Amino acid sequence: MAPIEERTASDIAADVNARVLSAREVADAMLARIDAVDGSVGAYLTVLHDRAREYADRVDARVAAGERLPLAGVPLAVKDNMCLDGTRTTCGSKILERWVAPYTSTAVARLIDAGAIPLGKTNLDEFAMGSSCENSALGVTRNPYDLERVPGGSSGGSACAVAALEATIGLGSDTGGSIREPAAFCNLVGFKPTYGRVSRYGLIAFASSLDQIGPFSRTVADAAMTYDAMAGHDTMDSTSLAMPVETTADGLRDDLRGLKVGIVREFDTEKLDSAAHALYQRAYRDLEALGAELVDVALPTADYGLATYYLIAPAECSSNLARFDGVRYGLRVEGDDVTAMYEATRAAGFGPEVKRRILIGTYALSSGYYDAYYVRAQKARTLIASDFKTAFERCDLIACPAASSPAFPFNSKSDPYSMYLMDYYTIPMSLAGLPALSVPCGWVDAGGGQQMPMGLQLCAPLFGERLLLGAAHAYERATGHAGQFAPRLSESNV
Amino acid sequence: MGAHEKYEAVIGIECHVELKTASKMFCACPNAFGGDPNTNVCPVCLALPGALPVANRVAIEHMVRAGLAFGAEIPSFSKFDRKNYFYPDMPKDYQISQFDMPLTQGGEVKYWLEDGTMKTCRLTRIHLEEDTGKSTHAGSGDGRIAGSSHSLIDFNRAGVPLMECVSEPDIRSAQEAVGYLEALKRTFVQLGVSDVKMEEGSLRCDANVSIRPVGSTELGTKAEIKNMNSFRSVERAIVHEIARQIGVVDGGGRVVQETRGWDEVNGTSISMRSKEQAHDYRYFPDPDLVPIEVAPAFVERMRAQMPEVPWRRFERYRAEYGFNVKQATQLIDDPALATYFDECVAASKNPQLSLNFVLGELSRLANETGVAVAQSKVTPQEVGELIGLVEHKTINSNIAKDLLARMWEGAGSPRAIVEREGLAQTSDAGAIETLVDDVLGAHPAVVAEYKAGKTNVAGFLVGQVMKASGGKANPPMVQALIKKKLG
Repeated sequence: MAPIEERTASDIAADVNARVLSAREVADAMLARIDAVDGSVGAYLTVLHDRAREYADRVDARVAAGERLPLAGVPLAVKDNMCLDGTRTTCGSKILERWVAPYTSTAVARLIDAGAIPLGKTNLDEFAMGSSCENSALGVTRNPYDLERVPGGSSGGSACAVAALEATIGLGSDTGGSIREPAAFCNLVGFKPTYGRVSRYGLIAFASSLDQIGPFSRTVADAAMTYDAMAGHDTMDSTSLAMPVETTADGLRDDLRGLKVGIVREFDTEKLDSAAHALYQRAYRDLEALGAELVDVALPTADYGLATYYLIAPAECSSNLARFDGVRYGLRVEGDDVTAMYEATRAAGFGPEVKRRILIGTYALSSGYYDAYYVRAQKARTLIASDFKTAFERCDLIACPAASSPAFPFNSKSDPYSMYLMDYYTIPMSLAGLPALSVPCGWVDAGGGQQMPMGLQLCAPLFGERLLLGAAHAYERATGHAGQFAPRLSESNV
Repeated sequence: MGAHEKYEAVIGIECHVELKTASKMFCACPNAFGGDPNTNVCPVCLALPGALPVANRVAIEHMVRAGLAFGAEIPSFSKFDRKNYFYPDMPKDYQISQFDMPLTQGGEVKYWLEDGTMKTCRLTRIHLEEDTGKSTHAGSGDGRIAGSSHSLIDFNRAGVPLMECVSEPDIRSAQEAVGYLEALKRTFVQLGVSDVKMEEGSLRCDANVSIRPVGSTELGTKAEIKNMNSFRSVERAIVHEIARQIGVVDGGGRVVQETRGWDEVNGTSISMRSKEQAHDYRYFPDPDLVPIEVAPAFVERMRAQMPEVPWRRFERYRAEYGFNVKQATQLIDDPALATYFDECVAASKNPQLSLNFVLGELSRLANETGVAVAQSKVTPQEVGELIGLVEHKTINSNIAKDLLARMWEGAGSPRAIVEREGLAQTSDAGAIETLVDDVLGAHPAVVAEYKAGKTNVAGFLVGQVMKASGGKANPPMVQALIKKKLG
């Protein structure tokens, strides 16, 4: 039998429910794995050694009492922008470095209720703003496939935890690609559901109209199980969808017969380097080999996605982050009066990327600029969503790259715009609120002979999670790119 | 007065009214005044990281009712916006408010002055927002921020639903301003949308005041007056501001656009900030809240359930019943009493006697016992019965008063009591004559006085006959008989 850290969520849950394995054993094994490898990976900001064992004991007690839990004993890594009662929740920021959440976010609470064991809180770009985890003020997270490379971001910590076998499933939040891009960089399945499918209550907001929680996992089936356990309406979040959720774990497919997959004309992979281009062309052929009919679709306004996103997201963030003012919680740097205190606190508490976006957003909402920037961006957003709608009249799913390149070395994207470009392929789906995921699609030479993984992005119409995960499963099953863990990590890098 | 005749004041009022709901606007915390500081709070109203607002449905219904009471348009689509500015007692450092798509648009507030004149002030809008916490400044001795060493914040009030009523500049005097505010107050109290307790801060208002030469149609430069905490202080502040602006203009100066704080103790106002320092609130639609869709069918259902609004009631009491301003106002200012009164009229078809009983004996009993008339054991149907007994001279007014006191204690139907206890007034001439003869025979000295010209002793003799009849004799008959016998 495979070591606990390599097993899948469905496998662990089955054994814990059958009482051939205790959740406590799982927790102990995983905590030992974290203690052994996280020093070099840096996935976690906080490891919940005691709490994890308490949660595990509770799961064992529930199972002993006759309950069957869908995620019984499944080890979970939680991005540190989601609240868990009694634990430090930092957002990777100095301003919340010592803040202890007094309540639990709905998504985390639902997974715990389903039997998952939170092992700790994972690193992220400060307030989820970034694509490499380099914007964290609290630690460095390294890609398990090459420790000199970034894990992607902003949910890089959760991605690394799952990729380095320090968790079985992870929670991330995706605003413009923050689950899909690190999933691609770390050879994982990373899934962003339709906006509103998973409650945002207890997720510390970056851009409220875009933020969506989703899972990381090493298999599509595990992503589906995790999603099924946390999706659905929450009375604490007005923007959570009050409609029934289709389960996905029982909708996994073995082929793509009868499906039309749209290849986006504007997302011409020839713009990528030749190895990546060849990789995606092969992925599209693999879809065809599974029975899908490839169709050419157009997203003429998708090219405006980046510009649109970098007005809307900063505008919302400039307002969302106002509450970090030193008055009620978090960092306070004293000043002569309240205004001086605000300024000193926010100057010391926020990092450069957060400040940049607050400034951009404040400007975009200012009187005299609002119509030219914020309102036009909203109109562009509507057009982008409408392009997708038109495209989905011709196809059931869209396939495209998940990121513009494989994981890059630290400090190699010095200007913000080159970093923003990493999310070129993921942002349009976020603006349209669509469900999308990244599934491993192979390896490319990322320079110096270093093979790094890449991700195929699949996107479905609104509420199309069941079809999306079902199709991703067929692709995963046929190509077998997933399940390639980071074996060299334990052998040579630790 | 000389200067005042040259100028006309133009006043608009912005009024914040806390809504009466069980819970706060965007969370489940109780909407309750007072309490130990920071006890009615939760992650949402403290704006903890990750908390999200969920709109209070009852507050939205209150808004629809308030709008309908003033004939406002209720758009089918409305939304919440964020008003961004930093303030320590505002937890999110933005206020959830409504910018360009409020829940109600337009409408008119009809109000009356002390002499009964009806006035109209157009409403711009009423929108829904949330209240802030309260700051207390310590160490300065007088509670002011200047010189204080630190501030304490109580967030119990943060997130309480607040409606902002914005009027058009249709008000022309301090008296009209008070009339307008009274109309808002009595309407909101009647609808049950607010308690409107100014002393608890549940109604707060700002006045935009400008002056212009009489006959001019242009608007002058306005000053916004804040910190008025009673209707009386609104009146004083506006009188003061009109005089101040006339003084500025007559002195050759120009009124500057500014915000001024009213100082109630010293009866003056102080400049707080000028237009140049005005905030840019960076309003934008709140992405945490979904737009509000108000179904036309819902509005029609609310409209059908609307009670008669105060100004219509006022016109009815004045025109149909001929009540004076004071009587009509007294009834209307207590909506439960006015409804009780209306039910008495419905039962008795006698508005005047209903008014006499409701504002007279019943209100006296209410004051005495601390139980509101509408809450008492006396039903309007019983009052109607009592009025019928008086009208048909079955009982006289003294018996009626005694009966009412017993009905207040729960004695029930007055007709039943009268029948059971034989309290019906006696108009039997023979029986009364016997009683009169007995009384005259028993008091020869008094009879002699009367005959000597001291006719005012007749009252004593009437009293003796009434007493002998157990209060039931018809008093005018007794009087007439005594006069005849001694005449």
